[in-house]
Amino acid sequence: MISVKHLSKHYGPTVAIDDVNFTVEKGEILAFLGPNGAGKTTTMRILTCFMPASSGTATIAGFDIFEDPMAVKRRIGYLPEAPPLYPEMTVTEYLIFVAKIKGLARKAIGPGLAGAIEKCGLGEVSRRLIGNLSKGYRQRVGLAQALIHNPDVLILDEPTVGLDPRQIIEIREMIKALAGEHTIILSTHILPEATAVCKKVVIISRGRIVAVDSQEGLSSRVRKSDKILLRIRRGDAATPAKIKAIAGVLQITPQTSAPDDETAFIVESDIGHDIREHLSKAVVEQGMGLLEMQPLVLSLEEVFLELTTEEKAVDAQPPAQLAMTSKIKQGAL
Amino acid sequence: MRNLLTLVRKELHQYFISPIVYVVAMVFLAVTDFLFYLQVRGISELSARHMMQMQGEVPQLIVHEAIFIPTFRNMSFVLLLIMPLLTMRLFAEEKKGRTSELLMTSPITITEIVLGKFFAAMLVYLLLLILSMHLPLILSIVTDISWTPIFASYLGLFLMGGVFLSMGLFASALTENQIIAAVIGFGILIGLWVAGVSGGNTGESTLALVASYLSISKQLDSFIKGLISTRGLTYFVSMTLLGLFLCYRVVESERWK
Repeated sequence: MISVKHLSKHYGPTVAIDDVNFTVEKGEILAFLGPNGAGKTTTMRILTCFMPASSGTATIAGFDIFEDPMAVKRRIGYLPEAPPLYPEMTVTEYLIFVAKIKGLARKAIGPGLAGAIEKCGLGEVSRRLIGNLSKGYRQRVGLAQALIHNPDVLILDEPTVGLDPRQIIEIREMIKALAGEHTIILSTHILPEATAVCKKVVIISRGRIVAVDSQEGLSSRVRKSDKILLRIRRGDAATPAKIKAIAGVLQITPQTSAPDDETAFIVESDIGHDIREHLSKAVVEQGMGLLEMQPLVLSLEEVFLELTTEEKAVDAQPPAQLAMTSKIKQGAL
Repeated sequence: MRNLLTLVRKELHQYFISPIVYVVAMVFLAVTDFLFYLQVRGISELSARHMMQMQGEVPQLIVHEAIFIPTFRNMSFVLLLIMPLLTMRLFAEEKKGRTSELLMTSPITITEIVLGKFFAAMLVYLLLLILSMHLPLILSIVTDISWTPIFASYLGLFLMGGVFLSMGLFASALTENQIIAAVIGFGILIGLWVAGVSGGNTGESTLALVASYLSISKQLDSFIKGLISTRGLTYFVSMTLLGLFLCYRVVESERWK
C-alpha cells in the first residue's frame, strides 16, 4: 500500500531525513518511533505531499507522490501534530468543508459525515464551535477530519500528544478499530503507545531508520546477552570477583541505586545459557544472603535507547544499563 | 470550480463570523459619510450664495465635480487605510492555526486556494461599495445628479479594490503574524499611492513617467472624473494579477522551505 524508497530531505545543510526506506502492507498499522526531531514529521509531510523530498520517491496506493500528488491526496487522511481546525466553525460545518475539499461527491458527504461523527464519538458536540471544545474533543475532530473521505491510508502525527490518560486510551482504541479497513502510519515518541497499537515498528533517529521490525523481533535483535538482576544482603568488595568466577558468567555490573543494606548486580551470561541454577547455588553457599533473582527482558524502551544511542555506547555507562538503573529505581527494589 | 466555490464560501463564513468586517464597514461608512456631509454642506452654502446672485440652478456636472470627485477621492483614501485589515487574516491565520497543512494536503490547487480567498475578499469589498451607494442616492433626492460618472467612479473604485486586496493577500502570505501582514500591506499600497507624487517632483524624466503610471491615485482619478480608459483598466487588472501571482509564488515556495 505504501512503499518508500531512498527518501531524503535536506534543509540547507541540515539533513532532516536520510535514505529512508520502508513498506506498509494493506491494513497494517505501522508505528514511527523516534525522539523529537528525528524526522518523523518530515517523513509524514513528504508522504502527504505537503513538502517535496530532496531525493528518493514513494508511492501510495500505487500513485507516485511527485508525479500524481492529486491522486495521492485524495487517498490520504492526514492528522498533523496540531489538528488543523477552524475554531470559528462548528464541528459539522468544519467536517462538511473538509469533505468537500477532499473531493467527496455531493451524495457521499452525508454518509461520510455521519460515519466520521460516529466513529470518533462526536455526536454530542457536533453543533458546538470547535473553539469551545476540550483538547480531547479537538483531537477527535482532527481524527474525524482525516477519515471523513474514507481514505485508503491514514497518516497520524502524534495523535495522542497532550491528552490525558483516559483520552489517550480512547484515541488508541479508535485507531485500533480503524486498522484493517485503513492502512495506518502513526508517529509517536511514547514507546508504550507503539506497543499498544502497532504490530510493526520503525525506529528512526537523526533522520535515519535504525530498525524496522515487530516488537519481539526488535527486542531479540538488540539483546547481546541474557541479563539477571541479583540482589543480595551481604556484599563486599570481593563479591563481584566471586560471582564472576561462576561458570557461564560473562560480566557483572554493580547497581549503585540499591538501598544501603543491600547490594545489587546485573549478571550477564551468553544468550541461551541459563546460569540461574549455578548462580543461586553459589550465592547461597557463600552465605551472601540471596534476596532476589530476576531475569531482565529488554522493554521496547530499552531497545529504543539502545538503537538510537548506539554511537555513544562507548561512553562510561552503556545506555541499556542506564535504562535498567532507572527501572530499578522505579520500583523493582 | 466546485472547490473554488467551497473555498469562497468558507472564507465568507469566516469573514462574517469575525468582527473585523463589521468594524471595517462601520468605520468606512462613518468616515466617508462625515466627509461627504462636510462637502455637501460647504457646497450648499456656496451655491445658496451663488443662486442669490445668478438666479438659476446649479448645473449637473458641477454637482459631480464639486461633491462627488472630492468624496470619491476621500473614499479611496479611507479604503487605502482599511483594506489591509480585510486581507491581513487570510493567509496569516491559516499558517498560524496550522490549517494551511489541511489545505495543502487536500486535493485542491494553490490557484484555487489563492483565488478563493481573493474572490471572497472582493465580495466583501463589493458589499462595502454597495453600502456606500446611499450617498449618491440621498443626494439624488434633493438634486438632479448625473449617474454616468458615478458608475464610472464605482467601477474605478471596484478595480482599485482588486489591486488593494491582491497586494494585501500577498502581504498576508508572507507572514503568520496578522499585524505584520497589515503593515506590509499598508507599505505596498502607500508606495503605489504616492508613486505619482514623487513623479511630479522629478519632472518629465522616464522614471517620473513610469512612477506616475504606477500611481494608483492618478489612475483612479480619471475614473472618478467619469473617464473609463483602457489605460486605467489595463493598469488595475494587471496590478491585481501581479499581486495574485506574487501571492501564488509565496504560497508555493512555502512548501520548499
